[in-house]
Amino acid sequence: MTAADAILSYAVWLAFAVLAAAFLLTVWRVVRGPTLPDRVVALDMLTGIVIGFIALIAIRTGFTLYIDIAISLGLVGFLATVAFARFVLSRGTGGGAPRENPAAALLAAAPVKRRKPAARRTGGTGPAVRRKARK
Amino acid sequence: MMETLIAFVTALVILAGAGFALVAAIGLNRLPDVYTRMHAASKAGTVGSGLLLLAVGLHAGDLPTFARALAGFFFFVLTAPVSAHLLAMAAHKVGYPLSTQSVRDEMKGRE
Repeated sequence: MTAADAILSYAVWLAFAVLAAAFLLTVWRVVRGPTLPDRVVALDMLTGIVIGFIALIAIRTGFTLYIDIAISLGLVGFLATVAFARFVLSRGTGGGAPRENPAAALLAAAPVKRRKPAARRTGGTGPAVRRKARK
Repeated sequence: MMETLIAFVTALVILAGAGFALVAAIGLNRLPDVYTRMHAASKAGTVGSGLLLLAVGLHAGDLPTFARALAGFFFFVLTAPVSAHLLAMAAHKVGYPLSTQSVRDEMKGRE
């Protein structure tokens, strides 16, 4: 084993460890991420990290064909993110964007529950309501 | 000697790429809202995977492979801002709120 091989081997192993940590942190954001766009951003990041993994495997095994696989994975990830962006646009916030703070969301949930029946009462389409709305 | 030098540079590029990916992942967890998290994911994340691809090209040591790795890097650099912009546009148009720490929203009422 020459010095060049040793340097590369150590660097690749260290990079594997660092990338694994980055992967786990990003998965944590996918699991936790309070909103849908958060999760989409984290998934986009996950494809980037997997491309890094593929590049490291290419260095370890010496098969340069892995570069093409990495490029096509990047293309698929880009298309997936574009499709998710269209989905976010068409779906809306899905019943109110969640608050940043879970405690604030819990506090906000209570009055919403009480307001619901009232909203149903005024939300009718009877003639009185329509007259009121025109004013 | 030359071989050792190339291996050293490749190792440096590999470690830099992995470090950028880690910084992006930390930013993804530490920043307060979607729009700021996008900065970490689309800038540091793209540079991280791009540097690792360049390392493959350097390690192979022949021109066609290096050109392919460079093409992949440019492809990522081209597509990352497009997808981040589309996603931020969609999220803002739909009405996901900015963090309470943000000082201004220039897109407010513009769309």
